[in-house]
Amino acid sequence: MLATAIIVFREVLEAALIIGIVLAATRGVVKRSAWVSAGVVAGLAGAALVALFADVISAAVAGAGQEVFNASILFFAVIMLGWHNVWMGRHGRELAQQMNAMGQAVKEGERPMHMLAVVVGIAVLREGSEVVLFLYGIATAQQDQAGQMLAGGVLGLLSGAAVGLMMYLGLLRISSKYLFRVTSWLITLLAAGMAAQAAGFLVQADLLPAIVPTVWNTSEILSQNSVPGRLLQTLIGYTDHPTGIQLLFYVVTLVSIAWLMRLYGGAPTRKTACVA
Amino acid sequence: MNSKYLGVIMAMLSATAAYPLQAKDLPVFNLSVKDGHFSPVQVEVPAGEKFKLVVKNEGSGTEEFESSDLNREKLITPGASVVIIIGPLKAGSYGFYGEFHPQTARGQIIAK
Repeated sequence: MLATAIIVFREVLEAALIIGIVLAATRGVVKRSAWVSAGVVAGLAGAALVALFADVISAAVAGAGQEVFNASILFFAVIMLGWHNVWMGRHGRELAQQMNAMGQAVKEGERPMHMLAVVVGIAVLREGSEVVLFLYGIATAQQDQAGQMLAGGVLGLLSGAAVGLMMYLGLLRISSKYLFRVTSWLITLLAAGMAAQAAGFLVQADLLPAIVPTVWNTSEILSQNSVPGRLLQTLIGYTDHPTGIQLLFYVVTLVSIAWLMRLYGGAPTRKTACVA
Repeated sequence: MNSKYLGVIMAMLSATAAYPLQAKDLPVFNLSVKDGHFSPVQVEVPAGEKFKLVVKNEGSGTEEFESSDLNREKLITPGASVVIIIGPLKAGSYGFYGEFHPQTARGQIIAK
């Protein structure tokens, strides 16, 4: 049971952290729960479909279907995250003023939640499909232990959700003056990490060169398979031995989003924070 | 940014569709996994050469071939075979494991 719980926990962790960050980033947005829930539900439905068609996906693109599929949805999530941040850079000041004027009960119905809902859906889809395949696999292999397995799955899911909740509550402790800045940086780092991960899949599919096979190796110090390693992998894109192209994608994504936020953001948000 | 990234993705997808995977002439090494055990548990490969690892799942549940040493992760549904392109590797040993049976499904690639 514990083994099942640990495996499910590791899979759920990434999606749970992303949901925690999205909820913190959208604090005060009307109907955000509905949007995030819709993302989760769509993600679960997608996960079931991906699991069902795992064979078809795997065999596509001359056997590189899994890699191309993963890379594509990750890049799509990167665009959504970047788009959200640029939008926030542009409208953040108005929002901060509104928040200041109206306290927590800020009404901002026009704020685009769909981008972040899509990101939530993609995170749930990616991790969820593996959970489904894993649980289905042991359910068919060890039918006598179905109860134990289910208990392990639920325990893993709840533990993962608890970490997501801690992330959310932790972020909410940040003063609302800085919350937007902190969450937009978190979202930028999340996007950069996802871009690097997508590049990794394309290297695996032999569609991109690694350029440098191992830029550094810190697996002895902090393995990306450990729980802290996994947390950092999701949050900042930590990889214990990245390839050159992964580092390149990471840096280019980080710089592009930061630059576009400045370019379209108008006055720097720092000023707003001080005024507020 | 959007148009730039979209462009990159479009280029990538179209390249993907037209791209002849250069995997055809690579040396092939076979591995099978069955209900949480790899066989063989050690695969010897030549160092400094790219190769294909063909992993067949002979068990009843899906397995995920995973190796952080090699930066590879790939799902293998029951009855299916997947091709994983690896290398060129420096001489040494590289661990891999089955993500869904991390305690029992463990093996190594030895590059010589």
